[in-house]
Amino acid sequence: MTINRSYRKIKLQYIGRKEIRRINFTEASFKKMLLLSAIGLVVVLLAIFVTLLISSLPSIKAIGVGFIYGKTWDPVVDHYGGLPFLIGTLLTALLALIISIPFSLAVGLFLGEYFRSGVISGIFKNIIELLAAIPSVIYGFWGLFVLVPLVRSLETTLGVPPYGVGIFTSSIILAIMIIPYSVSLTAQVISLVPANLKEAAYSLGATRFEVIKNIILPYTRSGIFAGILLGLGRALGETMAVTMLIGNSHIIPTSIFSPGNTMASVIANEFTEATGDIYLSALIEMGLFLFVVTTIINVIGRRVIKRFSIN
Amino acid sequence: MAGTILKAKNFNAFFGQNQVLKNINLDIMRNDVVAVMGPSGCGKTTFIRCINRMHELTPDATAEGEILVDDKNVYKMNLIVLRRKIGMVFQRPNPFPTMSIYQNAIAGYLLNGIKLTKSKKDEVVETSLKRVALWDEVKDSLHKKGTFLSGGQQQRLCIARAISLNPEILLLDEPTSALDPISTSKIEELIYELKKNYTIIIVTHNMQQAGRISDKTAFFYLGEVLEYNVTKEIFTNPKHEKTQNYITGHFG
Ligand SMILES: Nc1ncnc2c1ncn2[C@@H]1O[C@H](COP(=O)(O)OP(=O)(O)OP(=O)(O)O)[C@@H](O)[C@H]1O
Ligand SMILES: [Mg+2]
Repeated sequence: MTINRSYRKIKLQYIGRKEIRRINFTEASFKKMLLLSAIGLVVVLLAIFVTLLISSLPSIKAIGVGFIYGKTWDPVVDHYGGLPFLIGTLLTALLALIISIPFSLAVGLFLGEYFRSGVISGIFKNIIELLAAIPSVIYGFWGLFVLVPLVRSLETTLGVPPYGVGIFTSSIILAIMIIPYSVSLTAQVISLVPANLKEAAYSLGATRFEVIKNIILPYTRSGIFAGILLGLGRALGETMAVTMLIGNSHIIPTSIFSPGNTMASVIANEFTEATGDIYLSALIEMGLFLFVVTTIINVIGRRVIKRFSIN
Repeated sequence: MAGTILKAKNFNAFFGQNQVLKNINLDIMRNDVVAVMGPSGCGKTTFIRCINRMHELTPDATAEGEILVDDKNVYKMNLIVLRRKIGMVFQRPNPFPTMSIYQNAIAGYLLNGIKLTKSKKDEVVETSLKRVALWDEVKDSLHKKGTFLSGGQQQRLCIARAISLNPEILLLDEPTSALDPISTSKIEELIYELKKNYTIIIVTHNMQQAGRISDKTAFFYLGEVLEYNVTKEIFTNPKHEKTQNYITGHFG
């Protein structure tokens, strides 16, 4: 008791009113600074949205909702229907996910459960980071020179028109591009599964495969889904590599081997040559549309992650 | 079926170069409760983890010598058979958070992919939960997550999970050290009940607990078994000075 009291006295002696005021001021201004940065981010987001919206107005007025479901995109007659590109975007992204999920899961388990540390995992982790760092134009080149001939010969064997470029080729490249992102997240959540749960399962006679199937995957499903979502976000917006490989056709794709266009690729491909006011505005509206679609998919994804998470 | 159920012969265990168990020789009788005691770091956990070969899950962990269960060397037995024969309960309650209470109680079957009919499942769940005296508390919320229970209830659920596969031996590593006195006494009563059907090896730091529930006590010190005897004998008439010091609270 006496010790306590003298301790308090000392504190009072050493921290004067002025000092306290100074500390409070630092605390408050630091908090304000953080808040300001956060607000800044929101402002930038809104500014982008508003700019896109204003620049899209001529096209919105001229075309109306037909922009969303219109099937033909013909700048010569100022007719702009974005449906082929919406379908192209969703189709390539979805196909890319389907191709990438088994690989992400396998590599994620390999790095998160089997080789959590040591030389092997170090090497693999570095390679994955390198893959993520390669500029997309290089993926596009590689796709043109390696993937396109391969897909062409596959198409010849299957008896479909051998374009080489198209939805399928773009999806493969997209899958390769998103795998590093989902792998790193998947490996991380898998390595965070508490050891005591795995041990409890082993002590009941479970094999490693059974532990993965019944303990690790159920425990990490929301994290794994978040990894997939991260990849999806990237696949939806990826521009350069897809523009180089998708064939840039304005027709609604009829099969996964058809050439097509995504929303991002049509913007990249036509922006420089867009002459008319409405044409330019329609491309910007396409950007706005992509923005909205990506946001909607993200919101839905977040809902699902919440649903999946334990508790 | 009296007789020896578990026998350790010249058993040594290592973490890398570090020898943690030194020449352990120990005979454990069927339906005995054996308390494993000793100061922190003396190898108690390592010892029981060697019995069901959980020790080898740690990278670089090795072992030499023999542990025989029913006269069969555990290192020559099929791992899955061995672990189903020997149940384990950990220091911290660890029900599976992705499973309901019901699923936790039959987790051994679910994990091993053993198919049971609905009525058989219900039966296993009910009997194992009754055995750990948890049934009345949870019978109306069997499909809630096991992690919603209190710590003591979770630990009883973990014991139910371990005994649902009908093991012969139950290994308990300080099962009550994270629990309050009431939950602790419930688990002690439970151990007393379970003794009829199982052989129990329990690591504990609690002298009174060892005195209350165990038939025999093994006193570990720096990786060796200094003394192994009837619990009463160890407590009233320890042969070894170190044991005496530990019991009277001079260290550890
Ligand atoms: N995973 C591990 N890797 C390396 N060494 C370990 C590991 N686990 C335990 N050890 C070492 O083995 C020795 C025995 O540890 P053990 O956990 O068996 O002790 P214990 O008797 O159970 O102690 P406590 O009463 O604190 O639980 C200790 O010296 C410890 O440092
Ligand atoms: Mg221990």
